[in-house]
Amino acid sequence: MFLQLLVNGLVTGSVYAIAAVGVSLVYGILRLVNFAYGDMMALGAFIAYFANVTLGLPMVVAALVAMVGMAVISVALDVVLWRPLRMRRAGFMSLFLASIGVALVLRQAILLVWGPQNRAYDVDPFKVYVVGSVRLSLAQVVTIVAASTAIVAIGVFLARSPSGRVMRAMADDRVLAQISGIDVNRVILVTWIISGLTAGLAGVLAALVQSSFDANFGFQLLLPVFAAVVLGGIGSAYGALAGGLVLGVATELSTWEGFAGGVDPVYKPVVAFSVLIVALLLRPQGLFGRARVV
Amino acid sequence: MSVLSSGEFWAFVGVMAGIYTLFTLGLQVQFGLAGLLNFGQVGFMAIGAYTMAILVVKQGWSMWLATPLAVVAAAAAGVLVGLPTLRLRGDYFAIVTIAFSEIVRWVATNEDGLTGGSQGTINLSGEGVATQYNGAWERFQGWVGDQLHIASKDVVMLIIVWTAALVLLWLTARLARTPWGRVLRAIREDEDATASLGKPVFRYRLQALALGAAFAGLAGCFYAWQFSFFGPDDFQPLITFFGWMILILGGVGRVWAVPVGAAVFGFLFAATRFFDFPPFSYLDSADRAYVRLMVIGLVIVLLVVFRPQGILGRRDEMVLE
Repeated sequence: MFLQLLVNGLVTGSVYAIAAVGVSLVYGILRLVNFAYGDMMALGAFIAYFANVTLGLPMVVAALVAMVGMAVISVALDVVLWRPLRMRRAGFMSLFLASIGVALVLRQAILLVWGPQNRAYDVDPFKVYVVGSVRLSLAQVVTIVAASTAIVAIGVFLARSPSGRVMRAMADDRVLAQISGIDVNRVILVTWIISGLTAGLAGVLAALVQSSFDANFGFQLLLPVFAAVVLGGIGSAYGALAGGLVLGVATELSTWEGFAGGVDPVYKPVVAFSVLIVALLLRPQGLFGRARVV
Repeated sequence: MSVLSSGEFWAFVGVMAGIYTLFTLGLQVQFGLAGLLNFGQVGFMAIGAYTMAILVVKQGWSMWLATPLAVVAAAAAGVLVGLPTLRLRGDYFAIVTIAFSEIVRWVATNEDGLTGGSQGTINLSGEGVATQYNGAWERFQGWVGDQLHIASKDVVMLIIVWTAALVLLWLTARLARTPWGRVLRAIREDEDATASLGKPVFRYRLQALALGAAFAGLAGCFYAWQFSFFGPDDFQPLITFFGWMILILGGVGRVWAVPVGAAVFGFLFAATRFFDFPPFSYLDSADRAYVRLMVIGLVIVLLVVFRPQGILGRRDEMVLE
């Protein structure tokens, strides 16, 4: 049972981790807490639904369509909204509120197009793999494979590629990065593309794991994702990865009977926030964030 | 368009604007005065409403005792949330407060024995026993109506809600001009400078958070009386954002801007329900509801872009950063 829960936790945790990286990078580069990210994930899941169920494309192709679609939408939003706000030197509060507006618009757009019904992809829900005492659904296997590939790819990209290095430099110290001749607009473009790709992927994977989803599911995902970002230290991409995994595992393991009888599964989201609050009390700057230097 | 000419409908819009005024007044104290990014205001509203209803139904308390206690409970929740989190940076604090309001909603949904669960207050005394918490309120409303010779319940409610709102607005406006209010604004502008003058920044912030939470708790009680029934779904995070929209619409930092913002919002929210010209006439009522919220989302975005100081805000006093 413990092992099963651990694996389940790694599955949800890896989805959180991918999404958290998308949120965290945007915060690090643009100082934008993107409240619309949950609904971006949902939109990604619905685009994949359109490709997979309406057009009948294979699931992998549908996921790629969703990722590319969300990258395009993210860049387009930057052009029509975020860039003009940057030009006006809009502060944290304005950006946060504008993203709440965007979240509302996106969610209602999904409802208008696809309605409020529950949706599911055209995949076999009964295929189960048994490894020792652990049972894994096909969706879970796909998620683990896709998520770990994505996590490694993002990690290597940030650590090794020139763009990744520049992004980390900018997240660390904007002004210093700018005066050392970094092409800020290019970095921002790359950031939005990655954020869009991760939103699409995380949305599709989350939808696969929970097997059916509706227009509101993105918002429900957003809070644990934010919790993961904060846990890792806002703006730290590696922290976000770790935060997502820790949160996913902690949430699932909390229901284990060996752990003081286990928590009622309906309270899993509450556990996620409790972990967050306790962690913040111990380390107000997040697990990987740097202490504030005034 | 017949409903638009009905007085009852407009009284209802006015009552909702009054409740939102109380709700947003709390945000004005927290953000406009103290600079706190509370994104969990709806959680305090839920605590107020539930405390009142539970004390009346389960403990058999008089509404006149239960209501002050409900307001105190909301303020106490503000202190409890603030103690561990107020030292966090603004953006961390914002996220933790959303988390708090969602925890409240989760508990209300799942603790059937305490709150009636997802069915709401109708189940407060258990499955199958329809429960009412607002008998005393209806008697009070009837009494006020008799005194004023007004037959319409909605109009009476309108008068009561706005009386409460105006009194509290006036008190808050006075409070903002006291030394206490000035210290809060100083903290908002420069926390370190204020601390260096020997002001206990943390304690001031905690007081502002608790006071704002108390306003939300009272708004919750009025909400409960207006609908004589409520459930966890009435306290979605969306309500908090409606409050923020009203705050910005009116103008951050100005107490009397809150009712203006609430009235405009109430009108927008209600009026968009009656868009019956093309292209809206091609949509069914569910789709129209989506379009309404979409319009509200767009208004938020456009306000942030084009008028960050709101309708009545002064650019030199405070612009959204």
